[in-house]
Amino acid sequence: MNVLLPDTLPQALELLSQNGDAVPMAGGTDLMVHWHVRPEAHQHTFVDLSRLEALKPLSWTADMLVLGGLTTYWDVIRDERTREEFPLLVDAARQVGAIQIQARGTWAGNIVNASPAADGVPVLMAYDAIVVLESRRGREQVPLDRFYSGYKQMRRRPDELIVAIHVPRRRYSYQVFEKVGSRRAQAIAKVGLAVTRSDAGWRVVAASVAPTIRRCPTVERLLETGAAVASPSDLLPAIAQDVAPIDDIRSTAHYRTRVMARLLYHDLRDFWGK
Amino acid sequence: MLRREALAKLTGRERYVDDLPLDDFLWGMTVRSPAPRGRIASVRFGKDIDWSRFVVVDHRDIPGPNVVALIEQDQPVLAAESVRHVHEPVLLLAHRSRAAVRSAARAVEVVVAEEPAALDFRAVPAPAQIQYGKDNVLKHLKIEKGDVERALARAPVVVAGTYETGAQEHVYLETQGMIAYLEGGVLVVKGSMQCPYYVLKALQHALGRDETRVRVIQTPTGGGFGGKEEFPSHIALHAALLALKSGRPVKLIYDRGEDMAATTKRHPALVRHRTGLARDGRLLAQDIEVVIDGGAYVTLSPVVLSRAIIHAAGPYACDNVRITGRAMFTNAVPFGAFRGFGAPQSQFAGERHMDVIARTLGVDPVELRRVNLLKDGQTTATGQVIRDGTDRVAVMERALELARYREKGHEHAGFNATHPTMRRGMGLATFYHGAGFTGGGEAALKSRLRVAGRADGGVEVLSANIEMGQGTLTVFTELAANRLGLEPDDVIIAEADTTRVPNSGPTVASRTTMIVGGLVERACDDLRRRVGLDDASRGQAVKDAIRRWHREHPGEPPIGEAAYERPPGIEWDDKTYRGDAYGAFAWAAYVTEVEVDLRTCGARVIDFVAVQEVGKVLNPTLARGQVQGGVVQGIGWALMEECKWQQGAMANNQLTNYLIPTSDDVPPVRVAFVENPYPHGAGGAKGLGELPIDGPAPAVVNAVARATGTDPRAIPVTPERLMELMENAVRG
Repeated sequence: MNVLLPDTLPQALELLSQNGDAVPMAGGTDLMVHWHVRPEAHQHTFVDLSRLEALKPLSWTADMLVLGGLTTYWDVIRDERTREEFPLLVDAARQVGAIQIQARGTWAGNIVNASPAADGVPVLMAYDAIVVLESRRGREQVPLDRFYSGYKQMRRRPDELIVAIHVPRRRYSYQVFEKVGSRRAQAIAKVGLAVTRSDAGWRVVAASVAPTIRRCPTVERLLETGAAVASPSDLLPAIAQDVAPIDDIRSTAHYRTRVMARLLYHDLRDFWGK
Repeated sequence: MLRREALAKLTGRERYVDDLPLDDFLWGMTVRSPAPRGRIASVRFGKDIDWSRFVVVDHRDIPGPNVVALIEQDQPVLAAESVRHVHEPVLLLAHRSRAAVRSAARAVEVVVAEEPAALDFRAVPAPAQIQYGKDNVLKHLKIEKGDVERALARAPVVVAGTYETGAQEHVYLETQGMIAYLEGGVLVVKGSMQCPYYVLKALQHALGRDETRVRVIQTPTGGGFGGKEEFPSHIALHAALLALKSGRPVKLIYDRGEDMAATTKRHPALVRHRTGLARDGRLLAQDIEVVIDGGAYVTLSPVVLSRAIIHAAGPYACDNVRITGRAMFTNAVPFGAFRGFGAPQSQFAGERHMDVIARTLGVDPVELRRVNLLKDGQTTATGQVIRDGTDRVAVMERALELARYREKGHEHAGFNATHPTMRRGMGLATFYHGAGFTGGGEAALKSRLRVAGRADGGVEVLSANIEMGQGTLTVFTELAANRLGLEPDDVIIAEADTTRVPNSGPTVASRTTMIVGGLVERACDDLRRRVGLDDASRGQAVKDAIRRWHREHPGEPPIGEAAYERPPGIEWDDKTYRGDAYGAFAWAAYVTEVEVDLRTCGARVIDFVAVQEVGKVLNPTLARGQVQGGVVQGIGWALMEECKWQQGAMANNQLTNYLIPTSDDVPPVRVAFVENPYPHGAGGAKGLGELPIDGPAPAVVNAVARATGTDPRAIPVTPERLMELMENAVRG
């Protein structure tokens, strides 16, 4: 195992540009889960970001919340203002693992781990978050809902680091986060759902029902157009357009689809057209 | 008093086997079968590794018979020509570096010429799958009372039902682990275990050593639940073989993945009931068939089956009972001891069936139980006359009252009619658990125990029964201190070291307090007599007499002894399965309230009341803890703990995918005891450890059935399964 310990962001970016297959390490919580059963991972070069103090704080500007590349779930849970303006971030953060994981795990790490069952990604996506990537060649911004291209596939080059996540400040008239696991805490989502409504319109984001976390444009359109929905099964055709759940060790495609329909139907009861 | 080992555990100072200092040792690792059945065609060693730097052990290195001695001598220490299950141990490796031995184990390929495996214990095996006897049946057992066929033919109503229970993983916090080394000519094996003398016997047998050349020491054990009853003999033998071959100390510690994949679990079971009833619900005939999955070797399956069938008829009076049991051979990783030992499986079926009967007859489940619960003077299925003075109906009434069962029933009717997405229901189970070894088992064990007087006037209890979190150290301390009028600090409990402690039997079967605790008391009495005191002497008089003895007999401490004696009037016939199956039964009624979310089909237990009669409660804190722990384990088994099988081995062998309840998944468990001292148990106590795992699953599933109008027959009732049941109910 080879661990590189940059002191500054430029150093980190330099190391990433020199070591094409190096793995950036933030909180390390996803790496550690599989550490002892994936010995092949031990051969990697890791770039430990823990000294990059500048990436740690979260901050506010006039029109957005800025999460740093190393901002943790706990940082968000502790932030009064986030709780008021982006309560789903706090809801989701509280459902990640246990407190120890919440204290170490980072939002950027959650994004690049690219798990279809992530807890942090759906709420960020429902708030139209923008991923800020930086490399020695410069910065680029990618909307989170266009960041993934397939299972564990994403628009991040190996030399790039997520240095910030921008969350635009808006007035939300509706927002909800649902996580369905096989138990009430410390579980991996079998179905996740983040729904928001603002001047920008409805956002419906689903987790654990497709190869990536993704928005559900067909369901969003039903909400925008006030289409008549009289039961959960009325939503099934739209859901089938938007997601592609599978049977796996945690659940079944049938269950995932039905639960998604029921959560959407019951949670949004006041908004479906009659 | 403060729990004996509480501070060491709270402060992290307790040293489990993996924490023990060990000089110049090797890490051991096990190479296992990739296939469920077949001939070992070859074992290939990877070319990139310098194998001369590893200690390699296979079946040819075993000095004695290649057998892990238990009920049948059928299970090899290391597979020789063939394998019978995935993860069967084939080869052992050791090296100074844990990382090196891990990668080396992955570089060994066991090539198996596969043969047809039997993987479903419920199916009749095809001829090519037969591997044990004529029909793959490891054990047949039968209980008969009265004339079942005649009674069924005459019964006004007959209700039939089939029920299934899944395997369960123990999830002890400390995984299996052993160290082994030579001390002169003596092989020392230390580790996490419930039964030091089982390990000793297995080592002696396979290594061809007498007891003067083997020493087994139990280390502080982080949970067992039966998982450390028979399995530690395997890992002890493996560590010992590596230590003998290398001449160096060897440490063999399973990580969680290996532990979950390769060690025993609770036996899956299928139970069929056919019950003849009078119109008012009185039981006229019970015809019960119990089938359990034994896995690829006999292990303890015959005795698990025995306990399963003895408990299958429930705590009810019925004149005509037939219970047949079969333990099936399959090519699954062998199943083994787990808290309850067959009784949770057969009582899940029995108590679920009681609610199915109630629904079929249109009677109240409470009334159905009330008319059938055993009254003093009536007999169990084996013909054991129950006459202990416990009012079993009163135990049930107490639980119903504490849970507000009837009021809640009315509240739920209103709630369920109006709530858009939630449904609530109450569930009840009445059940029992026999303590100690079955039938003549305790007499055959011939348990012995000693209490020695120390030079300072205090005493030392020498027993092979161990602490694994359940409180043995504390209870034995209290029993000895109370018996002799000493302070708890005057009592020490000896380390369970087979060169020092006599064989007081295994720490299993809810026997430690009731039976071995009785030996503690009697050995204290014997000690008092040895030092010349009468039975009334207590406290300072005892200490003075012990000190005097030491002055008069330097180097020869006074020793009190006790050996098990069968309580008077207990008779058991193992051939006919008639008689007194247990010295005592503990009785219980559990009531639970469950809430089901119609959106997710997830069931959540929101209230739990556990009332039991366990004789005299010796230590209320420990007793409550045992009940609460058992209830949580039972809720997990009922609702979420599910082994996913692939070729007879667990595919979800991680704690991220095999989920046990968190504190947020269970309500406060409200515990109450009805006390009715048992004259032959220590301090009036009956066995308690296993009782609380028997009742939660049927109580919870009965409540789920009530809340949702479904009829679940198999556990775990996962949300996925409940969704299917609810959809089918709507369609049907």
